[in-house]
Amino acid sequence: MRTPQPLSATALGAVMLLRHNGGVTTPTPVEILESDVDDVVELEDPWVTIVWNDPVNLMSYVAYVFRNYFGYTEEKAHELMLSVHHEGRAIVASGSREKMERHVQAMHEYGLWATLDRADA
Amino acid sequence: MKPFKRRRRGGMTATFTAAEAHLLANLAGQVVELLRDRNGLSESEADPLAAQLGMGGPSTPPEDPVLARLLPDAYRSDADDSSEFRRLTERSLTAAKVHYAEDLIGSLIDGGLTFGAAIEDESEDIEIELNPDAVQSWLKCLTDIRLSLAVRLGIENEEDVMLVAESGDEAIAAMSEIYDWLGYVQETLIGALD
Repeated sequence: MRTPQPLSATALGAVMLLRHNGGVTTPTPVEILESDVDDVVELEDPWVTIVWNDPVNLMSYVAYVFRNYFGYTEEKAHELMLSVHHEGRAIVASGSREKMERHVQAMHEYGLWATLDRADA
Repeated sequence: MKPFKRRRRGGMTATFTAAEAHLLANLAGQVVELLRDRNGLSESEADPLAAQLGMGGPSTPPEDPVLARLLPDAYRSDADDSSEFRRLTERSLTAAKVHYAEDLIGSLIDGGLTFGAAIEDESEDIEIELNPDAVQSWLKCLTDIRLSLAVRLGIENEEDVMLVAESGDEAIAAMSEIYDWLGYVQETLIGALD
């Protein structure tokens, strides 16, 4: 692990870093209602959730997310994290489309780059 | 910063200088502004009837690459499915991310962070204590800030991380230093959880 480094004055002075000068859009705000898709029964697992490698997320964080969200063992979470890191992607779950959509949404909440796809794609 | 540690009763504590706490709050606030520029002020303006009529959020990906990374497509090879998914979920994803950022700022305020006074006048350290929900918000918001900085820095692969750190451009080097430091903060939090 690295040792804590105090931030320099220059770094602390750089306060407006994220603003972008591009156009601003303000769509009509509406609320999304939860759908009832949970009730759909799927007999097979035709869909998968894929997590893609990115250079930003820490390896320890990715493994933590797999443990914490999917409930995977430390070993399995670590293995999946390494697949993402070395192979560029890993299938982290399979199941119904609705379930995979929920997983993808959760991964996006964690800031991981995830997509869903058909298992045979 | 003094790294995160687990208290005997379960809470996670860490100590920041006032300047570090201001920086964190400022960056989290910028993430909120970016998200709100795109998706308005969220729940308070919700219109349930519009939702029932199927009028969701935006269906096209954001043009700003930072927002495109924070709110990515869910389908890699199907633009129609991605649009539909985005229309139905992007606003709730946005609301979640705003909530994480507000949580992070809230814990800094609980730890004694004040706004308005000149930073130089503040010698008090900011000591925060996080419950399990706040831990989740911190992990996720630190990630959102790092993702945003990485996009602005043009970090696309692991070599770029080294390149920006060695940049002769002062502004880039400063952002890179912050990016690194945020990673350190997150790493100590994950380490304390294990």
